[in-house]
Amino acid sequence: MQYKSLFAQLFASNRGGTIFLGILAALAIIVPIFNLAVPESSALHISTYTVTLLGKYLTFALLAIALDLVWGYCGILSLGHGAFFALGGYAMGMYLMRQIGDRGVYGNPELPDFMVFLNWQELPWYWYGFDMFWFAMLMVMLVPGLLAFVFGWLAFRSRVTGVYLSIITQALTYALMLAFFRNEMGFGGNNGLTDFKDILGFNLQEDSTRIGLFLASVIALALGYLACHYIVTSKFGRVIIAIRDAEDRTRFVGYKTESYKLWIFTFSAVLSGIAGALYVPQVGIINPGEFSPLNSIELVVWVAVGGRGTLYGAALGAGIVNYAKTYFTAALPEVWLFALGALFIVVTVFLPKGIIGLVSKLKSKRSETKPPDAGAIPKTEAES
Amino acid sequence: MNQLDQLREFMRRDRVFGFVAEERFPFTSGVRPVRPGVVDIKKGPILYIENMTVSFDGFKAINDLTLYINHGELRCIIGPNGAGKTTMMDCITGKTRPDEGTVFYGQTMDLTRMSEYEIAQVGIGRKFQKPTVFPHHTVFENLELALHTNKSVWPTLLARLSGEQRDHIDEVLEIVGLKGLKHLRAGLLSHGQTQWLEIGMLLMQKPLLLLVDEPVAGMTHQETERTAELLTSLAGEHSVVVVEHDMDFVRSIARTVTVLHEGSVLAEGSMDQVQNDPKVIEVYLGE
Repeated sequence: MQYKSLFAQLFASNRGGTIFLGILAALAIIVPIFNLAVPESSALHISTYTVTLLGKYLTFALLAIALDLVWGYCGILSLGHGAFFALGGYAMGMYLMRQIGDRGVYGNPELPDFMVFLNWQELPWYWYGFDMFWFAMLMVMLVPGLLAFVFGWLAFRSRVTGVYLSIITQALTYALMLAFFRNEMGFGGNNGLTDFKDILGFNLQEDSTRIGLFLASVIALALGYLACHYIVTSKFGRVIIAIRDAEDRTRFVGYKTESYKLWIFTFSAVLSGIAGALYVPQVGIINPGEFSPLNSIELVVWVAVGGRGTLYGAALGAGIVNYAKTYFTAALPEVWLFALGALFIVVTVFLPKGIIGLVSKLKSKRSETKPPDAGAIPKTEAES
Repeated sequence: MNQLDQLREFMRRDRVFGFVAEERFPFTSGVRPVRPGVVDIKKGPILYIENMTVSFDGFKAINDLTLYINHGELRCIIGPNGAGKTTMMDCITGKTRPDEGTVFYGQTMDLTRMSEYEIAQVGIGRKFQKPTVFPHHTVFENLELALHTNKSVWPTLLARLSGEQRDHIDEVLEIVGLKGLKHLRAGLLSHGQTQWLEIGMLLMQKPLLLLVDEPVAGMTHQETERTAELLTSLAGEHSVVVVEHDMDFVRSIARTVTVLHEGSVLAEGSMDQVQNDPKVIEVYLGE
């Protein structure tokens, strides 16, 4: 009964979310058909390149939703969320490296190419277990989650908030980037991990594998969205919004706000890690550049453009900005950074609630001209 | 009663010589009278502030303050600006730690060792000087958040309102006169309504001790009267400490008034006594 009301809630009070899930479902059906079943000569054919591109956008959307959860709902502006994404990506990359086996350039069955190149004799201990898919998937969630937990525990317990927190998250991702650039770390240095061959026995170059990864991204995004939606509409969600708006008041009402922030931050990091793990096999490489602070800042721009505090807004923003990026970097590469900067200024000054905020504003303006609806009093989730 | 409880009973701070309750006394430090969850008000007072001193950069905001609040009492605290009223509230609610002295809630709970949320959970509610509610939540949700229940992470994630809790919220909505506005966003309330909502949130916590900082600031005459009525009706079941500048308001509700000056108690007694005290006239009322 509880689950029934949960779904009723989801579709009744959340039109944007319903549309969002509808689009995902449509993508999951249309893209595979048009890629695999429609012949290449047809105008309707979707190329594998496009499928991979869409899949990449979907993982970015999941990352954006994860950031929106902490920023839009809890007011924690993390400028280092790219780090969790990259860590998830590295965990997946390590699995894919081990899958190469003796097909590498040096043909060493045990060691990845870069280790042979560095004259390493045996696998470092932290690479153990990554030949098993389940272990790698566990690490995809555990490593970012653990880092976020330790980092958050230290930061929130000391009541680091606002711009100071943003700065140290930025420092965190920067420090990780520098560390991963070093060859001695054993993660491939500045070349990162690449030349992947197959995943779970499926060749990564095959169209069907690409479609499989695309579908996995769609499912991860949909499940991630539903999980976040459940959280933000629960009482827990109301508490984190309360923390965002008046943290002191929340404390004096009797909530241990540090724990709430810690759990939401950790959950968000785990989601980011999953997004990273789906990203890596689709783009075929993971390198320390993913830790770059610029990536994390771009991520904040996606969420701001789409609209904070709606979840699907963040996903929309990720899609739009990345599509623009793909377009600009191909057509007018020198313009892209200026366009990004201009976009951020325009959104901050004119659209503080992003595109979603603009849409709902236009809608409410239109409905003002109509006679007021008697039953228009918004009902709370607690009430329904 | 297990042995640990027996030991604690034996070491109760009201039954032992002072030196035993000292922090440095080896056998009892740590077992000393802190018993979370049990408010012991058998002796009468619910709040014991003893020899409390707080200084900020050498300035003593609170100077050797000793103050007792009885259970069920309505106490008004007045004093000129900078007398230490808000700092005192901060110390009781755990926002500021006193440099010296003790703050006990009942006979067994040492508030100086508890954090804000723990203090709130054991039944001390606080209304801020500047009214603070959650502006993006509805009036109903504001009260729901304040509801007295398990407030740790997992139970909150799975929480559903029971019928009883809903009734409690409705009851409080009735008391604070916001029944018709329960679906309105709290950020849209008027100043007076915000003050009332905040008082309502305090009531939701089922506190034993209410600390109310300037409840009638910015209220109309009529609203002030209603607030006075409400606070008077709350005393008895709850202990209420009111910090207020509005003398007419204090006169209308006060039974006992404490005058703070430069961080310590200048005078204590009924309004008439206090008003005729030459020291008080000199520092406060006479100016």
